[in-house]
Amino acid sequence: MGTAKLTFADVALTVNVPQGTRIIEISEKVGSGITYGCREGECGTCITRIVEGMENLSEPSALEIRVLKDNLAGRNDRLACQCQVLKGTVKVRPG
Amino acid sequence: MTSAGPTVFHPDRAPHGPVPVAERVTWIGALDPDLRSFDIILKTANGTTYNSYLVRGSAGVAVIDTVKQEFTTDFLTKLEAVARYDEITTLVLNHLEPDHTGAVPELLRRAPHAHIYVSPRGLQVLRALLKDRFDDYTVTTVTTGDTVSLGDRTLKILTTPYVHWPDTQCTYLEEQNLLFTCDLLGCHYCDGRLFNDRVGDFRFSFEYYFDHIMRPFKRYVAEALDMIEPLEIDMIAPGHGPVLRTHPRDYITHYRRLITKRLARETGTQKTLLIFYVSAYGATAQMAGAIHDGAAESEDVRVSLFDLEGGDVAPFIDLIEEADGLAFGTPTINGDAVRIVWDMLSSLVDIDTKGKLGAAFGSYGWTGEAVGMVEARMQGLKMRVPERGLKIRMHPTGDELEECRDFGRRLAAHLAGRPMEREIDLSALLGS
Repeated sequence: MGTAKLTFADVALTVNVPQGTRIIEISEKVGSGITYGCREGECGTCITRIVEGMENLSEPSALEIRVLKDNLAGRNDRLACQCQVLKGTVKVRPG
Repeated sequence: MTSAGPTVFHPDRAPHGPVPVAERVTWIGALDPDLRSFDIILKTANGTTYNSYLVRGSAGVAVIDTVKQEFTTDFLTKLEAVARYDEITTLVLNHLEPDHTGAVPELLRRAPHAHIYVSPRGLQVLRALLKDRFDDYTVTTVTTGDTVSLGDRTLKILTTPYVHWPDTQCTYLEEQNLLFTCDLLGCHYCDGRLFNDRVGDFRFSFEYYFDHIMRPFKRYVAEALDMIEPLEIDMIAPGHGPVLRTHPRDYITHYRRLITKRLARETGTQKTLLIFYVSAYGATAQMAGAIHDGAAESEDVRVSLFDLEGGDVAPFIDLIEEADGLAFGTPTINGDAVRIVWDMLSSLVDIDTKGKLGAAFGSYGWTGEAVGMVEARMQGLKMRVPERGLKIRMHPTGDELEECRDFGRRLAAHLAGRPMEREIDLSALLGS
């Protein structure tokens, strides 16, 4: 399995992760300020700003699209508990 | 003997029916004089009110918010005195908390044709409130600028999230410069005379309510005020406490004062780092001093050092509210951080700590898990914790004190926006 680079801007740390890793699997371990509520894609607490590499993330599910919309999220926002890093480099910070 | 209701409340001043608050606008809320604590976190020495309003236009009647569930009959009785259920075209829910939506299911059962307007974030809570009846009703989500026409009266929506729930919004009755704010600019103060120029002195309650409900959301209060301040305002009709019809702008100005940083020019462009410690044998104090010295080498960061045992929690919380970074030093005693640290950390729920830098350190004799516990709490407070906590067994050596100074330097670099970028493999995390 290939790797991708996931950078957490608020703690200045890049982690080399297996392709398919969800942001939620890493962010708390590195001390990023991204926080979680339900962890199941429903509450919108973990809205995260994608600074770079939006195209390298998995497509949002219908649920994620609805929750982002309900929470008035911006076009560069995703749910950290849902999206997976598929390839290349992705840089994020708390939303 | 407890001093419940009637000893401080005057039933002869309680309105027995609906109360006109402005032309075409009627208060149809409820008084709860016996309430003594609200949401667990607030004392309510003379109770509260649940304010609901009815607005009558030439082509529709709107209900703005409702009341707590146990006051449903009281609310419906007042409503029935001024409108028929089949006249109600509109139900605006500015906030979905149960004290404002308790009567919604019963109101909708009697007025199922009423069109419901909520914020987008309010929708999920409305679904949870109405359960399997949700699909029976017409619901529209609204955001800033959306209007709801009642014929010769227009309701204009202002999306004002997080004052104090994600769903909160305000509704402006354009033709009468009247703003329905729900919890914003409200207070828990029960007086049947209803209007701010007639009730007792509620200034304490107004500030107390702000401190306990709005203070953690100051950044969102600021955004709400940015939207409200340009409006012409003749009256503010909140969801709790007096209707502000005399000098309503004074209350907006006061909110602005309450969210403004004190002596903001003192720190200028510098970032501030507060280092708090508690120490049993002086080892954690030594660490704190060295971390302070390392961080203080940066001209971009103003560093302060405090012994937690020498101060009270409340003023420290005021200080922390405006700080950019916090470091907590605690020894590990009985496998835990010490109580004074937990008291401080639990009190931080009263303020906004999102995005602040956090760090933990401490000396230990056997296990040292206090540092990790403090880090976890700081993450729970939505803080970023970029540097792994520093633990030193017993008293620090000269080399270990240099480690502490370096820890302080790295914290300062993060605060100054010049951290050393690092790259690691996942295995480095899994081993931690």
